[in-house]
Amino acid sequence: MYDLIVLLPLIGALLSWLCGNKWNSLGSFISTIFCMIIAMVISWVAFFDIVIEKNFYQGLSFSWMTSGSFNVNWSFAFDSLSCVMMLVVTTISSMVHIYSVGYMSDDKSKSRFMSYLSFFTFAMLMLVSSNNLLQLFFGWEGVGVASYLLIGFWYKKKSANKAAIKAFVVNRVGDLGFAVGLIFIYSIFDTLDFSLIFQLAPSKIDEILKFDLINININILEFACFMLFVGAMGKSAQLFLHTWLPDAMEGPTPVSALIHAATMVTAGVFMVCRLSPLFEYAPFTLMFITLIGAVTALFASTIALTQFDIKRVIAYSTCSQLGYMFFAAGLSAYPAAIFHLTTHAFFKALLFLGAGSVIHGLSNVQDMRNMGGTYKKLPVTYVMMWIGSLALAGVPFFAGYYSKDMILEVAFASNSFIGKFSFACGSLAAILTAFYSWRLIFLTFHGDFKGSKSDFLNIHESPVSMLLPLFCLAIGAVLSGWFFVELFVGKNWDIFWNHSIFILAGNDSLINAHFVPKWVKLFPIFLSIFGISIATIFYVLIPDLPRLLSEKMKSIYLLFYNKWYFDEFYNFIFVKPIKKISLFLWKVFDKKIIDGFGPDGFSARIFDLSKISSKFHSGYIFHYSFGMFIGLTSLILIFYYKF
Amino acid sequence: MISNWPILSIISFLPLCGALFILLISNRDTKEVQNLNSNIKVVALWTSLMTFIISLILLLNFDYNVDGFQFVEKSDWIPEFGIVYFLGIDGISLPFILLTTFLIPICIISSWNSIQQRIKEFMICFLFLETFILGMFCSLDLVVFYIFFEAVLIPMFIIIGIWGGSNRIYAAFKFFLYTLLGSVLMLIGIVYILKTVGSSDLSVLTDFNFKFQVQFWLFLAFLFSFAVKVPMWPFHTWLPDAHVEAPTSGSVILAGILLKMGGYGFLRFSLPLFPEASLYFQPLIFSISCIAIIYTSLVAFAQTDIKKLIAYSSVAHMGFVTIGIFSFNKQGLDGAIFQMISHGLISSALFLAIGVMYERLHTRDINMFGNFATKMPKFSVFLMIFTLGSVALPGTSGFVGEILVLAGVWKASPIVMILAGSSLVLGAIYMLRFYKKIAFGDFNSANSIDVKDINFREFMLFLPLSFFIILYGFFPNLILTYFHQPNSFIIGLFN
Repeated sequence: MYDLIVLLPLIGALLSWLCGNKWNSLGSFISTIFCMIIAMVISWVAFFDIVIEKNFYQGLSFSWMTSGSFNVNWSFAFDSLSCVMMLVVTTISSMVHIYSVGYMSDDKSKSRFMSYLSFFTFAMLMLVSSNNLLQLFFGWEGVGVASYLLIGFWYKKKSANKAAIKAFVVNRVGDLGFAVGLIFIYSIFDTLDFSLIFQLAPSKIDEILKFDLINININILEFACFMLFVGAMGKSAQLFLHTWLPDAMEGPTPVSALIHAATMVTAGVFMVCRLSPLFEYAPFTLMFITLIGAVTALFASTIALTQFDIKRVIAYSTCSQLGYMFFAAGLSAYPAAIFHLTTHAFFKALLFLGAGSVIHGLSNVQDMRNMGGTYKKLPVTYVMMWIGSLALAGVPFFAGYYSKDMILEVAFASNSFIGKFSFACGSLAAILTAFYSWRLIFLTFHGDFKGSKSDFLNIHESPVSMLLPLFCLAIGAVLSGWFFVELFVGKNWDIFWNHSIFILAGNDSLINAHFVPKWVKLFPIFLSIFGISIATIFYVLIPDLPRLLSEKMKSIYLLFYNKWYFDEFYNFIFVKPIKKISLFLWKVFDKKIIDGFGPDGFSARIFDLSKISSKFHSGYIFHYSFGMFIGLTSLILIFYYKF
Repeated sequence: MISNWPILSIISFLPLCGALFILLISNRDTKEVQNLNSNIKVVALWTSLMTFIISLILLLNFDYNVDGFQFVEKSDWIPEFGIVYFLGIDGISLPFILLTTFLIPICIISSWNSIQQRIKEFMICFLFLETFILGMFCSLDLVVFYIFFEAVLIPMFIIIGIWGGSNRIYAAFKFFLYTLLGSVLMLIGIVYILKTVGSSDLSVLTDFNFKFQVQFWLFLAFLFSFAVKVPMWPFHTWLPDAHVEAPTSGSVILAGILLKMGGYGFLRFSLPLFPEASLYFQPLIFSISCIAIIYTSLVAFAQTDIKKLIAYSSVAHMGFVTIGIFSFNKQGLDGAIFQMISHGLISSALFLAIGVMYERLHTRDINMFGNFATKMPKFSVFLMIFTLGSVALPGTSGFVGEILVLAGVWKASPIVMILAGSSLVLGAIYMLRFYKKIAFGDFNSANSIDVKDINFREFMLFLPLSFFIILYGFFPNLILTYFHQPNSFIIGLFN
């Protein structure tokens, strides 16, 4: 029965797609939302049945492809990790589905939108419920396509198209890493089934691969894990492959909430946790993950400080929070990473949907410089944004407090240098997080409205269908930390996760985290309050300060504002050269060299030859008689001298 | 019962009979041209459909657990030289035969309205083409194979040269000369084999052990012929020109089946007859295949002519085929053959789609399209499926072939695996640009033209193609099981 969790969204998507036009949009709303809600209910049942009660459930399984030892099945795994993920995905997705009824009410192609959303959910569930690496890759690419379709949903907009293609291509760069890692995993283990791989992993840690061409020996397991993590960097928008995520905000806001905050971008974190029995044997890769995670957490939050598009601020914030999850995973505290993933899903979806409600209320204004003073007009949204921001900043007893606290404690408790480094990055990022969250609230809801008077009068609170999901997510954003903390990362974490997450005996940062000094436990609270107070000073008490500061420190401000010039840099070293090289290969190499020396040149030389030989065929009698004379003379000479 | 029938000969020569029948329809009577033309088309369609149905009988009676060839027909032809009329199929040729019999009716339906002149000759050409292709996939005698292999050129040359676009003569001659030049070398090789072995029967040749020196030269002779057909870099420049000038149905057959003749030739002759030379040339093939994948992907990105774009992408996809074949292991071979079948479906579908677009706007310039997602929603859905198949998305048949080839080539060379894998990224770049320019954005060319969505006939062309692309993406074992026996035979030669 639990297999229905995965299949119902697909059924919903197909129903909505096939019957959308005939039933009009109401039919597609009903079919997709109905399927999603049922899937959500079943996944809650599955959570209590499988995770809490520890009952075993064997999912469906049938053959996908068989070629010698490359034998892969379509199959669903129901263990603690996948059940937790299913719970998160179906819950958030249901909320977003309901929210879309209100948000997309003016759009013409509602049924297309709903069916994409459901299709995305299906692909995401395939990803988290997979029993082998290839099916995970199926889901991995499936969510990529869904994201491509949804970012480019308003396909007449040029910027949306560009963003969609950028998202897909950057993700594909990561996917190339994933595919290479997958093949290498297959090459060591001769199978792609998780259970077999995990069993064999300890015996394969010393396998060496020789690259004859460049004469390097590398550890295959380490290399495979590294390449898989490159895939995760693409999907989860980590440093160097993060450039697609902010642009992805071109899509409708429900999409940003579901795909680019709560679920798809966390697929990389999930994958690392799912493959923890492999990554545990790849110490170098774990260090790399920690480093990238920590740097991304800090780097993305610096950009978020200066952005003015309300969605982009939240997007960079997502990027930064994913960094937290990764460095937790890199320090072998996988449960902490999943814990933050879960709480983050609730409060970030809440923030995005809240931002969507603001945008909807202001009739598609996204620039915070044109907002301000709207809290009286949007009271419910205002409260929801506060709750989301409190959770994000990690103010005590909101969800983010428990999970972020846990991650920072883990970083502190780990003995390595890289752990201390990530603690420092994480702490600094926590201040910045609190700062930009309140900057967002102050700019959006407080101060004076910067648009015209008539625009201000037109601001309206969103309909119930949009506010209801906000309520549900707010409950999650408040309670999910308190509810899950003991289960996920408590001292008995291994009972809850029931072997779905593996931590090597020496890597005990998660356990040590419970025994850190008192000041470390209280430190995050201080950080967030510090960040909030700076924001208050900047945007409420001395409103001129931001402007003055940005003029004083112009170069740093511009660096942050222009996103560290990553787009320009990539444009310069990848996009432009590829365009030039491809033109060169076509116009010069193909046309001039291959064709020139090949068929065209060949036929031209033959043509030349025939031109020369045709000169002898002039038609003048004296030419021919001259030829005869030469021939005759030479013949006589030959015979005379008897050559 | 059915195994006693010469069913392969029936399948191969049934289209020829249809062609002769069309020949008998007189076109002197100019009064009823309309009537005549529709008669001709109906006869051609029914012939090709009958061939398809009979090939299904073949499928039903085929036993994939049996080692060796099935439905074998053998009789002396030229006993002085040891040439026999020897037909038979195994698990490799069966899918190609079905692909051919499946695509020909689609081609005939697709040219129902688009071909206006010389309909009679066109249909005859197509039916001849079908006979030659089927004969080639069935024949197990080197000389018989060669005859069919070369004969395929003639109708294709005529199709491009008569019903093609403005620069059709250049394209037709380039196509003909390129492929013929390669084949001449193969002919010399065949003559040599006939002289030394005294037979061209494949079963005799497989048991004959050529010396390495001999294998070396024979492999090269065959390689030129097959490399032009695949086409492998740098023998690929005929393909874009041929595609651009060919009519839609010509492109479909060219991309769908003719490009597979080279890969099939490698599998049927080069590998079994010259195993040591094949092993020796593996690095060469790998290198030029990797170049092909990266080079043509980049060139495809620069194209503004949509037909050229897809033509170059075909070369890149065929690079996977040659890599897979020359990795000499189960996954590589399975992947290569699967990739050929899958490319046969996907690229034919893409060329059909281009034909549909061309009929509406009469241009192939990519910058003239746009906003088809609004103007032609049904068409855009199909085009999306084909595009995703072409970028090898899991769940489409394109993915299965590529992942198996990558899994196979790893054992031969990890670096080649990574280089070939780069097509994941490059393919996405040019195909998404292609789709964006067509389906999204604003409508550029003549906004006033009222573009109609696909009609029922076109819908019925796209439906089976997209159905199979997705079906084989989810259940590739439907095809993969057939490869088991013949491929284990080939692998056995290399151990």
